[in-house]
Amino acid sequence: MLVIILSGFIFAALIPWLYRRFGPRSGWLFALLPLSWLVYLAGQAPFILGQGQVIEERISWMPSLGVELAFRLDGLGMLFALLITGIGALVIIYGGGYLDGHPYQGRFFVLITLFMVAMLGVVLSDHLFLLFIFWELTSITSFLLIGFEHQRYGARAAAWQALLVTAGGGLALLAGLVLLSQVAGSGLISVINQNGAVVRNSPLYPMVLLLILIGAFTKSAQFPFHFWLPNAMAAPTPVSAYLHSATMVKAGVFLLARLTPVLAETPLWQMLVSGVGFLTLLTGALLALGQRDLKRLLAYTTVGALGTMTFLLGLSDALAVKAAVLYILAHGLYKGALFLVAGAVDHSTGTRDIERLGNLASTVPQVALAALLAGISMAGLPPALGFLAKELFFESLMESTWPLYLSLGGAILAGAINFVVAALVAFKPFWGRAQDVPHPPHPVSVEFWLGPLILSGLGLVVGVIPALTIPLIQGAAQSVLQFPLKVKLALWHGMTPVLGLSLLTMGLGGLGWAIYRSLWQGGRIWQKLAPVGPAHLYEVGLTGLRRFAAWQTRVLQNGYLRFYVMTIVLTTVLLTGFTLLSRLSWLGVGGWGSIRFYEVVVVALMIMAAVVIPRLRSRLATIATMGMIGYGLVLIYLIYSAPDLAMVQFAIETLTVILFVLAVYRLPKFTLLTPSPTRFLDLLVAIAGGMLMTALVLVVTARPMVPHISDYFAQNSLTLANGRNVVNVILVDFRGLDTLGEITVLALAGIGVYALVRLTLGRLMVHFEGLEEEEEVEHERAL
Amino acid sequence: MRGRSEILATAARYLMPLLIVFSIFLLLRGHNEIGGGFVGGLVASVAIVLYMLAEGVQAARDLLKIEPRLLIAIGLLVALSSAMLAWMVNQPFMTGLWWKHPLPVVGKVGTPLVFDLGVYLTVMGTTLMILFTLAED
Repeated sequence: MLVIILSGFIFAALIPWLYRRFGPRSGWLFALLPLSWLVYLAGQAPFILGQGQVIEERISWMPSLGVELAFRLDGLGMLFALLITGIGALVIIYGGGYLDGHPYQGRFFVLITLFMVAMLGVVLSDHLFLLFIFWELTSITSFLLIGFEHQRYGARAAAWQALLVTAGGGLALLAGLVLLSQVAGSGLISVINQNGAVVRNSPLYPMVLLLILIGAFTKSAQFPFHFWLPNAMAAPTPVSAYLHSATMVKAGVFLLARLTPVLAETPLWQMLVSGVGFLTLLTGALLALGQRDLKRLLAYTTVGALGTMTFLLGLSDALAVKAAVLYILAHGLYKGALFLVAGAVDHSTGTRDIERLGNLASTVPQVALAALLAGISMAGLPPALGFLAKELFFESLMESTWPLYLSLGGAILAGAINFVVAALVAFKPFWGRAQDVPHPPHPVSVEFWLGPLILSGLGLVVGVIPALTIPLIQGAAQSVLQFPLKVKLALWHGMTPVLGLSLLTMGLGGLGWAIYRSLWQGGRIWQKLAPVGPAHLYEVGLTGLRRFAAWQTRVLQNGYLRFYVMTIVLTTVLLTGFTLLSRLSWLGVGGWGSIRFYEVVVVALMIMAAVVIPRLRSRLATIATMGMIGYGLVLIYLIYSAPDLAMVQFAIETLTVILFVLAVYRLPKFTLLTPSPTRFLDLLVAIAGGMLMTALVLVVTARPMVPHISDYFAQNSLTLANGRNVVNVILVDFRGLDTLGEITVLALAGIGVYALVRLTLGRLMVHFEGLEEEEEVEHERAL
Repeated sequence: MRGRSEILATAARYLMPLLIVFSIFLLLRGHNEIGGGFVGGLVASVAIVLYMLAEGVQAARDLLKIEPRLLIAIGLLVALSSAMLAWMVNQPFMTGLWWKHPLPVVGKVGTPLVFDLGVYLTVMGTTLMILFTLAED
């Protein structure tokens, strides 16, 4: 599995070169990579699914932190990996046609491949932190993909929104995972899953659960974080298809399923997970009312579908888990197909507005067929897989502890709306009267219909012959629940109450379809409610944050060096002084020691220099006098046997004087001198700073040194690090990582100075202002 | 800069190589005696800057032959690769590796010394970049 991940990263790096060599049609070539993974996975399927085995790989990565490159392929991972690689291959082929002629098509192939690898990493990881790294990688790659059309304001805003929401949740998730690994005593998921009881009985359990759920809910667009997903349709359509069907949003659902053995089966889990899932299920369904854009309609039903999966995982009994797993598969197949169909329709006609589309079946017959098949599955009609999933969903509702009128009522309402949306998306554009479209519909190439046709065809075939999927569903459900179980699926299982519910849903759906125009009129109410919705709260929060940042930058970073120095000194004096005074008992003065004559001379010289400096009127004289203080310090270092410090200080002092001279050389003469009151205040600040340092030195020298660290360094310097100069051994060995960071900062500072002096700032400012104006205009247009 | 001083130029011509040699001496002995990459880099910068003050920025650039910002890049790269060498022998990042046989003059050689060389180059590059930039035009 490490091979899969690594080959993905390496391949992604090669894509720009391959793309330049093979041109826009190279999508077929790039699809070979996920296809080969698919073949490999399918080859392992009998072993994993048939015999309930797992494949594990572990490579030591950061042994001192207990982090391993641990991969594990079990039934659940298999289900997801098959979806990711299979749909991934089709999406890449589709992208070859859809983005044909797009200037950034090569970039698309790179990003989508990376996105795919990241998602595979999530489902194959067996270590919490490894999983987290891939999780964040999916956030970053999806950010780049959603903002793919980065010239458009809407795309950039949507990309930011998706990143801020999911990466914000990611932070909570990281905290939750760290706590979880602490409580469970291991970072390996397979180990943690064995000791679920330890975690559930820990007092930290509610905290762990809450943090992890925030991560999963933001990723899976659960209420109230659902708003980023419909906006993410700013992405190119193949990306949306992938994002909604097999990746990104499914990651949250995957995490819930993966951690079910540890976290589930408590009242808190059931309440939070199925409660939020149920709310999301209703939110997605209701918000779809009134939408006219194909992709937006599909996006809201995805929110509803994710709610359904979360709801089922919250119930977490055997039946519900089976239903959830089946739903993941069915939804992945039909939603992927329908998004690709929407893209094909958009490409053919130039619009995605359902009111303007009709009678496309004669122009794009293969797309119409794919849409019809996928639509059947989405509407939950027999004999498609979606029907089986819906039946199982109803069945587990009947057995849950939830009050039936509530759960069934919500499910039937959502199912009926789903039915209407399916008809609108998959049926209406292709049949009936032709409408006005921006340009006359044209037929589309094979890339456009191959993917949707395969996906929707699969949904139908496995619906008719459910035996084909039973091992997959069974394997996945088993690895969620960690005990063996049997899955039975059949299109016809007698006259049961569940069948009645299905019929009721279809009937209501048919009715809704007949009167959809008035329903859609009613959907306008959402626009009126928008000012109190979570999306608006997000906007308000973001604007507030920006204002605050602008304000504090204006106040703190005002560009006056004297102000910075004053702020730093005052803050230090106040904070440190407060601590010193509040723990007065520490205060105590060590012995003065014996003061030697030359010490007095050096210090007297330094004090004299300090007194003279403020009275000088020439910059050069000021610098030279400040040099006196610096060299005096060198002498003090020497007297107190710190030759290393003295040498560094000496070199620094010399260079600083030269630096100042070079800088001052360009400055005009002093013209405006600060008035006396300001000088007096400056004097007070300076005295406060000096007094604080004096007090600190006295306190520190009065206390016995904490011996451990310096002793350790002194004792082990020669034996462990082969050096007798302890100072340098600390710098390059014991604390080498710090030094590495410091020289990097140093290099950055140098580059900063270079940029400040060399780049003509004036030109840059003009450039940015022009850009902002453009954005404003575009923003207004988007609104 | 204003007029050229013959005295300074002559002094710089003799002092500059001495300072460079001294900076390398500091770098090499840093692990056991007073010295190290940081101060070595500073002393090397002082040497070049002395020459710059005497002969002008362009002359100092010609003498250095390499762009200071390249020095920074090389320095960081050297430091980073010395830290990554440990991976080759299956040790965690930055584990110090030592060559068993001491070289003449230099003494024992190991990755910390290479790391120190990286520090030396980065410090030298940064200092010179800032000073050259300010001294020009």
